Amino acid sequence: MRKNIGLTIISGLVFAFLFIPLLIIVITSFGEGSTITFPISGFTLKWYQNVFQSETFTASFKVSFQISMIATVLALLVGIPAAYALSRHSVRGKKLIKGFFLSPTVVPGIVVGYSLFQFLVISLRIPVFQGLLFGHFLISLPYAIRVIGSSLEQFDFSVEEVAWTLGCSKIKAFFKIVLPNITSGIFASFMLAFINSFNNIPVSMFLSGPGVRTLPTAILNYMEYYYDPTVSAVSVLLMIGTIVLMLLIEKTIGLSSVSK
Amino acid sequence: MGKKLPWMLLTPGLVLLVLFLALPLARIFLPTIFDGQLSFDHYINFFQDEYNMRIFVRTLKISVIAALISIVLGVPTAYFISRCGKAWKSILMALSMFPLLTNPVVRSFAWIVILGRTGVINTFLTSTGILQQPLTLLYTEFSILVGTIYLFLPIMIITLVGVMENIETDIVEAAETLGANKLIAFVKVILPLSVPGIIVGSVLVFTGSLTAYTTPQLLGGNRNMMMSTFIYQRAMSVGDWTGASVIAAIMVVTTFIVMKGMNKVAEKLDRREGQDA
Repeated sequence: MRKNIGLTIISGLVFAFLFIPLLIIVITSFGEGSTITFPISGFTLKWYQNVFQSETFTASFKVSFQISMIATVLALLVGIPAAYALSRHSVRGKKLIKGFFLSPTVVPGIVVGYSLFQFLVISLRIPVFQGLLFGHFLISLPYAIRVIGSSLEQFDFSVEEVAWTLGCSKIKAFFKIVLPNITSGIFASFMLAFINSFNNIPVSMFLSGPGVRTLPTAILNYMEYYYDPTVSAVSVLLMIGTIVLMLLIEKTIGLSSVSK
Repeated sequence: MGKKLPWMLLTPGLVLLVLFLALPLARIFLPTIFDGQLSFDHYINFFQDEYNMRIFVRTLKISVIAALISIVLGVPTAYFISRCGKAWKSILMALSMFPLLTNPVVRSFAWIVILGRTGVINTFLTSTGILQQPLTLLYTEFSILVGTIYLFLPIMIITLVGVMENIETDIVEAAETLGANKLIAFVKVILPLSVPGIIVGSVLVFTGSLTAYTTPQLLGGNRNMMMSTFIYQRAMSVGDWTGASVIAAIMVVTTFIVMKGMNKVAEKLDRREGQDA
């Protein structure tokens, strides 16, 4: 098809709008000045060194990684059986139940965070780490249900039935036949849930406590006091993390399978 | 066993959802309408207060404008992407996804660097002598709006590409063969077929903007609060827990009404199209 000039220009401007701000962050992370300036003067890597030496950032990264990892795995452990039950069996009120499972995405994150803060922190006085974990489990669960649900819908369950008639137990058939067929769905939901949990702010804001905070809220907190290129450097590191995850997804199941 | 098995598989999830979602929500919302007896005074008071109303209206206004601008910028871009060859299409889709997967703190921070008093724009304007005094761009409704559009435009683009991909190129070519120029073919053929995508995208952008926390927090400051930053401020700085719950409830209801309303519109359009065909 012949390309339309106007269309090309608008699209070019839109992508410039999307990427120039990120590019500016990358550039400012190398500046020598003690506050962020653009254009920069000099060239230094000391802000990156600053990030790795900062207790706040390294400790909160560890917390973030652990929370997102455990929460996502828990969400999958709870979500896979539920998604299987919902697509394999006729359960009364199926639509309602599925809606309930997906509802953490409908309720705004800030409201989820606030209600959990009231419940877990104020009423139950649950330790900070566990509180964060429950909050992140909640926001990860819908991804497990939705993505694995849709890959189960593609699966031809008559294969499973054949296994049963051939003498395979139900549990064995599930692990040997069903699970291997939905691995890409499981991987996709794992990645989506992990990324969303790792990037989450509103839930973590409410549930963080003294000494235990996630990386994004630690950055937010840091920015209240300092405006130096350390923030740029940590942003660049996060962007590199995003690129690595995207490459990983592209090489395994293809990016298009998570964009839908 | 046949009947019990699915429930056994569903129970852990259901229990955890009741425990960590339904119960906590009920716990914050119940006191706002029931205090010995049923009363909506908290809500009436909220909407009678001029300060609260300003925040509510600002939130709606910014969300509507963000959705509209995302449509204006997203439609042509998505159309462009959907007409690209396979290789370019996947590159451009990956480029649209990248900001979406990048932390919102990073994406808001970028606009502080650009719009701040010593930011990119002001440095440029004052150093070239165009302006003597730097402009106040940051901590305004404008900066929230820019940050919000920046946050959600990729969602609009990706949603629209998904819909536009499925429009047959033959239809456009047919329109052009029959004498329509490119613009008319676009307006009369592509646009109407993209309406379902535009609606889905708008709902995502609107509800996203309505509930976003990080962007108004970083780019709006305390003087330009949105509903979500208002909740946090009420709860954590003032300790007004009922107040925070009232705002939370209004936010949930508004989101719900908009989602249901737009879905109704989409259904109606679907039916009309069905009759046409």
